[in-house]
Amino acid sequence: MHDLSPSGLSLTAPSRRTLLRGVGGAALLGAGIPLLSACGGSGTAADPKTVSLGSNSSDAVPKKAYAEIYATFTKKSGIKVDVNTKDHNTFQEQINSYLQGTPDDVFTWFAGYRMQFFASKKLATPIDDVWQKIGGNFPEAMKKLSKGEDGKYYFVPLYTYPWAVFYRKSVFAQHGYQVPTTWDDFVALCKRMQKDGLVPIAFGDKDAWPAMGTFDQINFRTNGYDFHVELMAGKASWTDPKVRKVFDHWTEILPYHQEGAVGRTWQDAAQTLVSKKAGMYLLGTFVGQQFTNKADLDDLDFFAFPAIDPQFGQDTVEAPTDGFMLSKAPKNHEGAIKLMEYLGTPEAEQIYLKADSSVVAASTKADTSSYTALQKKSFEMISGAKSLTQFMDRDSRPDFTSTVMQPALQNFIRNPKNVDSILSSIERQKKTIFASA
Amino acid sequence: MSTDTTKSPQAAPVVPPAGTASVKQRPAHGHGRLLTRRDRITLGLMAGVPTILHVALVWLTALASIALAFTSWDGIGFDSIKWVGLHNYTELFTNNPQFWPAVEHNVIWFVVLIVLPTPFGLFLAVQLDKKIRFSRVYQTAFFLPVVMSLAVIGFVWQLVYNPDTGLINSLIGANKPGHYIDWIGDPDLNLWAILVAASWRHAGYMMILYLAGLKSVDPSLREASALDGANEWQTFKNVIFPTLRPTNTVVLVVTIIEALRAFDLVFVFNKGAQGTELLSILVTNNIIGESSRIGYGSAIAVVLLVISLAVIIPYLIATFRKERRA
Repeated sequence: MHDLSPSGLSLTAPSRRTLLRGVGGAALLGAGIPLLSACGGSGTAADPKTVSLGSNSSDAVPKKAYAEIYATFTKKSGIKVDVNTKDHNTFQEQINSYLQGTPDDVFTWFAGYRMQFFASKKLATPIDDVWQKIGGNFPEAMKKLSKGEDGKYYFVPLYTYPWAVFYRKSVFAQHGYQVPTTWDDFVALCKRMQKDGLVPIAFGDKDAWPAMGTFDQINFRTNGYDFHVELMAGKASWTDPKVRKVFDHWTEILPYHQEGAVGRTWQDAAQTLVSKKAGMYLLGTFVGQQFTNKADLDDLDFFAFPAIDPQFGQDTVEAPTDGFMLSKAPKNHEGAIKLMEYLGTPEAEQIYLKADSSVVAASTKADTSSYTALQKKSFEMISGAKSLTQFMDRDSRPDFTSTVMQPALQNFIRNPKNVDSILSSIERQKKTIFASA
Repeated sequence: MSTDTTKSPQAAPVVPPAGTASVKQRPAHGHGRLLTRRDRITLGLMAGVPTILHVALVWLTALASIALAFTSWDGIGFDSIKWVGLHNYTELFTNNPQFWPAVEHNVIWFVVLIVLPTPFGLFLAVQLDKKIRFSRVYQTAFFLPVVMSLAVIGFVWQLVYNPDTGLINSLIGANKPGHYIDWIGDPDLNLWAILVAASWRHAGYMMILYLAGLKSVDPSLREASALDGANEWQTFKNVIFPTLRPTNTVVLVVTIIEALRAFDLVFVFNKGAQGTELLSILVTNNIIGESSRIGYGSAIAVVLLVISLAVIIPYLIATFRKERRA
């Protein structure tokens, strides 16, 4: 901006010396580049006594819970776990470049399509050997979730949690509401709540993902698990009348949702359930984190999303599962295998659950005696499910869900009348994205 | 209040000293043979290192983006780059429901900045230039938003606009069912809500630029116009404002750049939801994160680049022509 000088800003011509300093600075910058590229790995090359682990559990509660698991593992095996924790969202956003660079031996990740994607890109190592030891600890549904498209195992699940409709027992008792199991009951209950001055369904979609949870529920209740999987995999069409039916159902209950959802975070929406202004809230069990008062938390309960088509009933449960994967070229392969074997034991899961009571163990062998009432119910719901889904952004391509579905669903929530143009736009964009694979 | 207000990347060569390669001042008269070997090495380094950095960090990356815009790539391994020709562009222009709104919002952003906060900044500058009491305090107060990071500004304003617990809705009672005003989510409101925040910051920025310009106006001009019997408005309109022409050019360019690079405020505010889509946010959503549609995102970035060039090139041509004449 040398143009400033005519207008009188004190622009002293740079002396030779300051220029030289500039060169020195540039040289320093150049020297910094190799340092930057070294940030990816933990630098503990071939130390057989250390396994490095990349973690996305940056929140205080899970971070501490994980640390306890690793400490117990170190005590048992003598192998140190070198944990490299990154902010949850940052970890997710950098995962592509992280896995291509020098990733840690083991890393935390999600089951489902998002795991299979990296497996098929050869950015993860198959761990069938680990599963020979831990296979007996897990139910069939978890095994299915842990396999890549090639049928090999790539994932060790640690914990899971269901999505359901949350409500306050005291509010239901006060007004004499019954838990609805069918769609008609559900709509009738919404109407009654509105008459009683409650917001029937709390809702906040500022972060753009909560609406995907609502879509998932209505879709697999209306069209069943198989169609849901096909739709998520990009095979079924979004302009199919079946999808249109999902949005018709959604439009029917949309007036009972909290106003102004697109500007509200899920935390703020949860607060309306905490303050008993709202009757119900469809979310994962992590909604409990917003109930800081013990009495309120004890008052919290949930029910499975009501059945829409009796053919499918309530047989599908959305239960996102978190766990671990082995990176493409672990420096300490043997130690990493041992760590993963340990992470697949009921013992490791119990250590985690002691610290974080909003989730349940992925293993059926874990001790459920210390579970809270909500955890017990979650556990029953998940183990009783015929099929498990993960979540739209874990079951489908992340580029499709984040760049197409999130804005489209926000648009639908605001303008449910535009559903046809929204759906044909989704279908057009879907075709290009899934064709580019 | 010196050059650092212009945010020019070239204006910051103040880095820790690197060694003591002090070169003796000698008259070079522009003849190569008069330079010692050491001078030549120094010159080579001085010109070479920045050139290499510039080419590597600006030109190569820009050209790579342009090339990638014709491909489809998920960012994993170079062998997965697929040539798709103009497909990304046809997709962008015909199928992306967010693209045209984004272009429109970038334009609105520019128009609003130039129409509202810029004249207001000029107004503030003129007032502060009158040597009123506590002038420095006012200057600091108005300039403070510019010093703050845009991400912080976005966060603060987001609290003000929060539909349930925010300041505005709580004051006017618009956080009850039935009277709800959704400042962040409603596509008819959210862009304007953010533009208030952006203008709040931009006015301070413009004030400083104009204040610097006003300081350079020759006092004898004011005296002369006072002697001719011009009133304050006439003096400003006929004498002061015309002398501010160089500042106006800078202001125009800075405002265009601000409008094109608008990102952080919106990203913190509502991540570019419906109503606040911007080109920069579309680029980020497609490239960064797990989505990794690098080819497609590059195509959007190229559109942004073309718009910037269309604005900057005529400006540069005009400047160079003026310099040559001088």
